Amino acid sequence: MSQGASIRRWKRPPFIQNPTLRWGLWVGAAIYLSVAFGTMEINWDRVAEGVVRGERFLAAFFPPDFVTRWDSIQDGILESLWMTITSTVIGIILSVPVGLGAARNLAYKPVYLFCRGILAVSRTFPEIILAIFFVKLFGFGPFAGFLALSVGTIGFYGKLLAEDIEDMDPVQAEAIKSVGAGWLQWLNYSVQPQVMPRMIGLGIYRLDINFRESAVVGIVGGGGIGATLLTSFDRYEFDSAAAILLVIIGIVMVLEYSSGYIRKWVQ
Amino acid sequence: MPIRQQADTKIWKRRTTKAQFAVWFGWLLGVAIFVYCWRLISDKTIWFFVADAPKQAADMAERMVPPKWSYMEVLWAPVWDTINIATLGTLIAIVIAVPVAFCAARNTTPSVHFVRPVALFIIVSSRSINSLIWALMLVTLIGPGVLAGVIAIGLRSIGFCAKLLYEAIEEIDQSQVEAIIATGAARSQQLSFGIVPQILPAFAGISVFRWDINIRESTVLGLVGAGGIGLQLDSSISTLAWTQVSLILLVILATVIVSEWVSAKIRHAII
Repeated sequence: MSQGASIRRWKRPPFIQNPTLRWGLWVGAAIYLSVAFGTMEINWDRVAEGVVRGERFLAAFFPPDFVTRWDSIQDGILESLWMTITSTVIGIILSVPVGLGAARNLAYKPVYLFCRGILAVSRTFPEIILAIFFVKLFGFGPFAGFLALSVGTIGFYGKLLAEDIEDMDPVQAEAIKSVGAGWLQWLNYSVQPQVMPRMIGLGIYRLDINFRESAVVGIVGGGGIGATLLTSFDRYEFDSAAAILLVIIGIVMVLEYSSGYIRKWVQ
Repeated sequence: MPIRQQADTKIWKRRTTKAQFAVWFGWLLGVAIFVYCWRLISDKTIWFFVADAPKQAADMAERMVPPKWSYMEVLWAPVWDTINIATLGTLIAIVIAVPVAFCAARNTTPSVHFVRPVALFIIVSSRSINSLIWALMLVTLIGPGVLAGVIAIGLRSIGFCAKLLYEAIEEIDQSQVEAIIATGAARSQQLSFGIVPQILPAFAGISVFRWDINIRESTVLGLVGAGGIGLQLDSSISTLAWTQVSLILLVILATVIVSEWVSAKIRHAII
């Protein structure tokens, strides 16, 4: 630092270097927020009422009542778990061919585009919208929810599988090819070992996601704990609802911890 | 590598016999669990309806085309609402997620034994309850409308943002923080000059990523009355107005694709 007449002070560099862009973003955000709040129709009287009501509402949640509706809670949770397991398995099995087809280094261009199309469509719609349509087509019950979750799994898992295959080390693949392996042998001995550890981890992660989603497909009639939850809300049995929510949180926590553990063990 | 002797040639195997049996047993167990679960689901399914489904699907598809384009006039407002729900919800979430993340990260938490578990509990409970369930509760509490959707999205996203952010905080380069400490900086100065610059790119990336997810989630919140385009979807389906349904699906598709494109662009620019 120079001890001259003007002392230079250090200023930290801004996150966005371009000043026009930086100020433009701030101004744009300010305009957007004012417009957004301006057009939002909020019934503040109703909200104020809700705040008062909130206390009673929360009081109704405590203590959670596990006993009264235990049979239907148990039924719903088990149904959710079955849906989770079957949809994860079927979804992964179906996503393997799609994922292989969607990897640029494996498939020909038309196959690639076709498979990417499948992935894009099945990823766009939330599981719950898929569930609405499957309930219309296949009737109420866990089968519709199972299908919705499977389609969601295909989109998620297929895309990640394809990306993982595209990122694989081509040297090993070439080595296997050079010893005269057929296409299936080539897949089995060069591609599969490279993508397997990450894919197992992602499969368990998807199991976790599917359980969370299976808790809501019931709201539109797709089976599982969601239906039980919706019913308990509709009947104002908030203590049972609290019990259901606690059970869901508990299972998700168990799944999350065990999935973290398994992923560490695999990798 | 296990090698098996057969006559006088050596054959290479991928696994030892014991490992092979273990793998087979694992598969057997997995298949058994799957078959058991499948039986239970199949018992609850009316297979007549399933067999009938292709005909139903063709029927539905026929009634869906052509989309009723004139309905678009009505849809602009719900689309705007949907985007607002996602954006404002994400804003609420990141405002709350930042302090939670700093409390949850091992290297910045005020107390490992008291504050950290609380922060982790907030993260897990926010993450494990779907935004639709949050919306269900909030609609009963503060009435149907956009605000319930905004808060539901916000509550759901806190956990996601805070989790990714606290992992980013735990992975920072500690030597930079030490350098700041060595100049005699106070704790708040360490935070603002040592830690924040390191996590800012991750923070921006996480926010944009979550915004993208939230656009997708806010399209369905209307099903329980929390505003947005889901409201129109629900009423169109229940009045069997299939040409409107197909237009709404197309609009959702377009919104999601645009938001995904925007988020990919921004994240690309940051990283």
